[in-house]
Amino acid sequence: MAGVKAGVVVFPGSNCDHDIYYILKHIMNTDTEFLWHKEQGIGDRNLIILPGGFSFGDYLRCGAAAKFSPVMNEVIRFANNGGVVIGICNGFQVLCETGLLPGVLLRNENLKFVCKTVTLKVENNKSIFTGDYEIKEEINIPVAHGEGNYYCDSNTHMELVGNNQILFRYTDNPNGSLDDIAGIQNINRNVFGMMPHPERASDKILGNTDGYRFFKSVVESIQ
Amino acid sequence: MYISKINISLRKTILDPQGKAIEHSLKSLGFEPIVDTRIGKYIELKIDAVSKQEAEKISEEACKKLLANPVMEDFTFEVTEIGGTE
Repeated sequence: MAGVKAGVVVFPGSNCDHDIYYILKHIMNTDTEFLWHKEQGIGDRNLIILPGGFSFGDYLRCGAAAKFSPVMNEVIRFANNGGVVIGICNGFQVLCETGLLPGVLLRNENLKFVCKTVTLKVENNKSIFTGDYEIKEEINIPVAHGEGNYYCDSNTHMELVGNNQILFRYTDNPNGSLDDIAGIQNINRNVFGMMPHPERASDKILGNTDGYRFFKSVVESIQ
Repeated sequence: MYISKINISLRKTILDPQGKAIEHSLKSLGFEPIVDTRIGKYIELKIDAVSKQEAEKISEEACKKLLANPVMEDFTFEVTEIGGTE
């Protein structure tokens, strides 16, 4: 897996950065580095991950302050030039705030922080993020969020459906997300965000490896 | 010196679960006439600007760039002049 050079962005308040780093470095055997949010560039990295957590304390809105971190200028440029960028949980919220993905994550409909394993259905496996899954396959991945209720206007929703941008749906919606949306890619298919945590389900020792093929799909597509 | 008082609210088309929860509490306390409850944010900015127009322009830009997310929120603000030494 020498071709992949992954960069895990660390914001003040990120708390899933080490989990992602561990999976990419020690399970996927890729060249992986942390990128502190104050870095001006992303160096030679060809895969960027925005991890979960509470960047900048989630003050104002989740992900709102993180988009102005210095490293994000380069991440946005990288994404706009076709570079692969993944946001998980808080990272998904950051991608929506930056506009790299459409829509927004609202407060969970039942106002509760949901922390449990949920079932996702693979809606599109012709993507660089889901290529190793079967279409309509059901996988179990943990969620842990208070603001994962995906929302966008009806025109945007029609585009998401029409362009097959919805990659994962919840089978039993835990947060009120529009159309059971759990994860979407952008129209150019190089930026992806999801609320569930595949990095918490990719190592055998944790008893669930349903997330492993997510990382395998991405790593293989970048080789 | 100017004070900008900014109100940010969820757009009308978006369900406000916090507002709904508070509304139920108000109803159970006997506030029957309350028919709708929406929760938003209030932000106050002190702005060193040369004119009210400039302070309004700065407020608008701050709202659009950071303070509100137009996908889900609407904002209004009111700018008033205060003493320069405050």
